Amino acid sequence: MTDAQVVKRVKCKSSVKDPGVRGILKMTRERFVFMPNDPSSSIKHNVEFRLIKGHKSSKEGSNRPALLNLTHDQGNYIFEFENFPDRELCRDFVAKAITSSGEAGGPTSEKTVPHKDEQLSSAEMERRIKLLQEDSELQKLHKQFVIGGVLSETEFWATRKKLLDVNDSRRAKQRVGLKSDMIFNVKPSSDGQSNRVTFNLTPEMIHQIFAEKPAVRQAYINFVPNKMSEKDFWTKYWRAQYLHSTKNIIAAAAEAAEDEELGVFLRQDAILASEIRQKIRKVDPTLDMNADEGDDYTHIPGHGLANNEDVKDELEAQYEPYKRSFLQDINRHAAVVLEGRTIDAETRDTRSVAEALASLKRVELAKEASDDNAHQESLDRVTRMAEIEDLQAPRDPPVAPLCIKDPRDYFNSQQVNALNQLPGTIQVESRLSTSEAYGSLRAYISEIRTVGLSDPIVRPVVAFKVFNSLTQSISSSKYQLGKNPHESILDTLPSVTKDELLLHWTSIQELLKHFWSSYPITTSSLYAKVSRLKDAMSQIYPKLQEIKESARSDSRHQVSLLVQPMVQALDAAFTHYEQDQQKRYAKSVEKPNGYA
Amino acid sequence: MTPVSSKQYTDDVSLLVVLIDTNPLFWSSSAVPLSFSKFLSQVISFLNSILLLNQLNQVMVIATGLNSCGYVYDSSSGSTNHRVETLLQKLEEFVVKDEELNKDDSADEIGSSLLSGSLSMALCYIQRVFRSGSLHPQPRILCMHGSQDGPGQYVAIMNSIFSAQRSMVPIDSCVIGSQHSAFLQQASYITGGVYLKPQQLDGLFQYLTTVFATDLHSRSFLQLPKPTGVDFRASCFCHKNTIDMGYICSVCLSIFCKHHKKCSTCGSAFGQPQTSVPTSSQKRKALNLN
Repeated sequence: MTDAQVVKRVKCKSSVKDPGVRGILKMTRERFVFMPNDPSSSIKHNVEFRLIKGHKSSKEGSNRPALLNLTHDQGNYIFEFENFPDRELCRDFVAKAITSSGEAGGPTSEKTVPHKDEQLSSAEMERRIKLLQEDSELQKLHKQFVIGGVLSETEFWATRKKLLDVNDSRRAKQRVGLKSDMIFNVKPSSDGQSNRVTFNLTPEMIHQIFAEKPAVRQAYINFVPNKMSEKDFWTKYWRAQYLHSTKNIIAAAAEAAEDEELGVFLRQDAILASEIRQKIRKVDPTLDMNADEGDDYTHIPGHGLANNEDVKDELEAQYEPYKRSFLQDINRHAAVVLEGRTIDAETRDTRSVAEALASLKRVELAKEASDDNAHQESLDRVTRMAEIEDLQAPRDPPVAPLCIKDPRDYFNSQQVNALNQLPGTIQVESRLSTSEAYGSLRAYISEIRTVGLSDPIVRPVVAFKVFNSLTQSISSSKYQLGKNPHESILDTLPSVTKDELLLHWTSIQELLKHFWSSYPITTSSLYAKVSRLKDAMSQIYPKLQEIKESARSDSRHQVSLLVQPMVQALDAAFTHYEQDQQKRYAKSVEKPNGYA
Repeated sequence: MTPVSSKQYTDDVSLLVVLIDTNPLFWSSSAVPLSFSKFLSQVISFLNSILLLNQLNQVMVIATGLNSCGYVYDSSSGSTNHRVETLLQKLEEFVVKDEELNKDDSADEIGSSLLSGSLSMALCYIQRVFRSGSLHPQPRILCMHGSQDGPGQYVAIMNSIFSAQRSMVPIDSCVIGSQHSAFLQQASYITGGVYLKPQQLDGLFQYLTTVFATDLHSRSFLQLPKPTGVDFRASCFCHKNTIDMGYICSVCLSIFCKHHKKCSTCGSAFGQPQTSVPTSSQKRKALNLN
């Protein structure tokens, strides 16, 4: 386990200004030990955490030392870490150790570490740390806002409850299922001398027996402890099992006739049978069993385990209820295992297990019985699937005829639109009639027939102009659009700018999320939070401006396009803040007037 | 019909179908800085250079009139000596015929040419070339269009565009008029052709040879002008405004800029499920059209 012990290289200081002694800090759950690198040095510490009253830590900054101050009755222990992550780790560890040592450290330090004021369980803490480690983006945000003091730990995680919950539920979901072993595989152990067979029974097995054999469960509820003791009950049960294992149906029938209670175990399970009947009723009636015949092995001679019927064909019908095939057992067992553990395995008491299972079944049955709709639905399904087409009324598809009055309405609208868009370019009205126009067209054709093609076709100056304009438009469109239409503008920017933009975007989102969620402001703490958030947001403005200015001139336009929505989002928040502020102010002025 | 196997497949032989706009109202309007004769002289020079590029190249000219369309010139038939003469003569005949068909003498606005008709004829011709003859040239269509889009032809033109797309025939557009043509923009975009609106119309020949003369195979190595953007935005039916977001009738796909109780095009009532048609309850949807 990683958090059972933490070992870091530190400098131990007597005060903040002290250069300190280099050494190794080792933290376990109960105590921390400082061993200096120089064995001759006199500064050695071995202190139990329960003596530690509290801890402080320096603010994070690039050129500041990573300090951790542990407050003790007689003084302080100041450790300087090599880097902040190490410090964070140790601080978290200390926080946990102090809380777990049972000593209420009390908020002695004014800069109380956020972890402390929540009194989190260590499991909760671990989960959060794990989440932070898994998601570097989350870690960045956490560092920026929680450690930067903008948000408190609780606030930060409050919006991410889901993340924590998901992990939680994932943990709780995993439950131990039933064993896939079958009970009758339990080999009886006999001591060889006496004619006695011993079965070992565990609560686990009892649970499984009850789950698989409702009749046994019912019998247990009925008989124990009124009619017989628990021990007798199980003796009878195993006796019945033993009889089964001998496969002597006639003997079983005889025993059952003698002993009514024993007969319960030997006869076929009535509750089970009714359940099976229920299931068969629920089978889709349109299921074609013939189609599955190819998959069925039982018709192949010598296949399957249930072919001993022919051997015992001569057995009379009176033994029928005592027959139980191996396959039935397997199927029942498989069904129970797949169903999973329906009740808590913790229940040790045999009777309560039996009752719990029984009540569960009852609830299920009641549910099914009340579900009349399902029954109706299945009936509908039958009629639908097995309908006789000749007898059905002709069914027209439900169609509403589409009636478009005049398509020209649409197309003419486009025309008007085009004209509206280009008001300056509406062509000068031709003053010629159609016939005159045709005449002029013919005149043009005859003109070219007599004159011939113009020579030169294009004047070089014009051709040059054409080339210039074409080249310009091609190069500019190529530059602006990029070769690949799927390429986003972000990818064309240098990676530093891209990362910075993305980071700002996520942090703005985080801040705004908290900002808007704290409205309407009802408590003073919310008010303080909003003003804190506002300050943090106002710090982003110059950063965005910086990004804009640092961008290369050719990508500046793109960057400003990207930055714009961020600024707009922030602006909206600020406008709201100011309006709210004004309203508050107005209210505070109004109130005394109103009362006066 | 020649079996496919005996055909000659080449990547540098082109079949160029040129659609010339012969809308008399357009050419006689004073807004066009180029006379029809100058236009013809530049186009004919361009056609000659196409035929000179490869002796197997084939050029087809279709005139797009106000009332009819017609094949004006086919380089594969007739003598090679009097190309221009035959073209001009046929063109004149076509204009006369087109005038005869004209009944409406009012010329208060420039009508639109039958672009859909000439596009269909071009596609038919290309199909005929595919199915007959020993050559299998690379076909393309060049629209030299000036007059404005005829909204009534919208469906026909879109159908031609899609059939051109299916038979892999690119439609190049050279717009001579003062306005951009939304139809041709879409046609070139969908079929992968080039859309160009020359700024210097007196240098039309230069545009044609630079942009439209190269065969399809060579195009893959060239940087040809790309449209800076095709306007796919739709206009609402109620106010004819171009909109980014709007309401769409779920029955007939008419577009509205605000919520209506009833579709003005097909009459479907919105917001209330029809009792007879439970499956297709008309819901209005706000849809981003971009």
